[in-house]
Amino acid sequence: MKSLLKQKNKFSDISYQLEVLKEGVTSQGLPHFSSKLVESDLFPLQPTGLDVFQINMGKMCNQVCAHCHVDAGPDRKEIMTKETLEQCLVAIRNSSIKTVDLTGGAPEMNPHFRWFVEQVYKLGCKVMVRCNLTIIVANKKYYDLPEFYKNNEVEIVSSLPHYSSKKTDSQRGDGVFDKSVKALKMLNDVGYGIADSGLVLNLVYNPSGAFLPPSQEGLEKQFKRKLKKDFDIEFNSLFAITNIPISRYLEYLVASENYMGYMEKLVNSYNPSAAKGVMCRNTISVGWDGFLYDCDFNQMLEMKVSVSKKQQHVSEFELDSLVNRSILVNEHCFGCTAGAGSSCVGEIA
Amino acid sequence: MKTYYNPDDLKKFSKIGEFQKPLADKFFSYYGDVFKEGALTEREKSLIALAVSHAVQCPYCIDAYTVDSLEKGCDEEEMMEAVHVAAAIRGGATLVHGVQMMNKTKEVSM
Repeated sequence: MKSLLKQKNKFSDISYQLEVLKEGVTSQGLPHFSSKLVESDLFPLQPTGLDVFQINMGKMCNQVCAHCHVDAGPDRKEIMTKETLEQCLVAIRNSSIKTVDLTGGAPEMNPHFRWFVEQVYKLGCKVMVRCNLTIIVANKKYYDLPEFYKNNEVEIVSSLPHYSSKKTDSQRGDGVFDKSVKALKMLNDVGYGIADSGLVLNLVYNPSGAFLPPSQEGLEKQFKRKLKKDFDIEFNSLFAITNIPISRYLEYLVASENYMGYMEKLVNSYNPSAAKGVMCRNTISVGWDGFLYDCDFNQMLEMKVSVSKKQQHVSEFELDSLVNRSILVNEHCFGCTAGAGSSCVGEIA
Repeated sequence: MKTYYNPDDLKKFSKIGEFQKPLADKFFSYYGDVFKEGALTEREKSLIALAVSHAVQCPYCIDAYTVDSLEKGCDEEEMMEAVHVAAAIRGGATLVHGVQMMNKTKEVSM
């Protein structure tokens, strides 16, 4: 399967996505996200600080997931350079950032990945890696990743949409479930997810279709029971994440004629408490080319942070202007505020 | 084309109060309470509702509780097993009347 960009699919065009997002609310007489924020006394949305520095190390990935908001895949060549990574290190050093969250694509495919993790670890920050699991077994050069993660006390966050192969493979590709199980066992073997080891392995659930996620607590119990019973796999926490209607997931919603219903559901499930706790309020997202965004989703919609043009790049990282900015919102933001809310670490309300 | 069932009518369910508000309010309040977590989990209640939807053959309820079951973390296998429970009870209910048929046959036969 090719990325939308490679296919020259119209959903790879940002302006087309924004048009579809707008139509999803206006044609149904639904309120705009900004007006819901006004009602909740949260407009303009502003940061509460800056704790998490999320870096998209590149769009290259060994998987082509049906719902991917990055439109990542083997045919995407955008990779963060060492120069940009060095600029990230300067920004981290000159701020109060506690957590550096590495994502992609498969961040491990960036040739400077290991060097960068070691540098961030030396700075005393917690390193989180959004590991797709299958990369660990994709090639022998990655087989020692569990040991590498362990040595740098990396917190692993991995997508596993379901404990059944059928549902996981339908979203992430044929054979992904079996490879993920193999990788999870390798992580368990070095101590990840095992009680009192101090090595954290969290899993991420997101719905395999046009519906909202279940409650995180109940689902976590179910995942723990099933993965232990069927595969003897252990993990720490399960994050339940809502699919955001952009990129490939937006294309799926429209093609399957679920888009209008999904947007209506997101809007009607708006939760002011979730809006108050959205992750963009304490996060900065860095694109593969060093530009700064309020979150990974705004990054994919090319909505750069609202500061002076010069300061929109990590090379000119200016903490004060960033924490005093207004966060840019659009209709896709309803995905983070529906029901119990959604963030890169699951429920927020 | 006009049909007896229109999927969009499901969204208008709450509007039944237009014709009789006090009873609709009581019903929706009761309905909300029924589906809250209690001795049974919300997930279990959703699967029961899915099975009953099939037993009473309500297309609105089937649509609503299919999505609700998925949103409660149920998988396809569990949902189909719930439908089989409904089918077994409906089938059993038909067949158990066969005893009445047998009784009557014996009553009127030599």
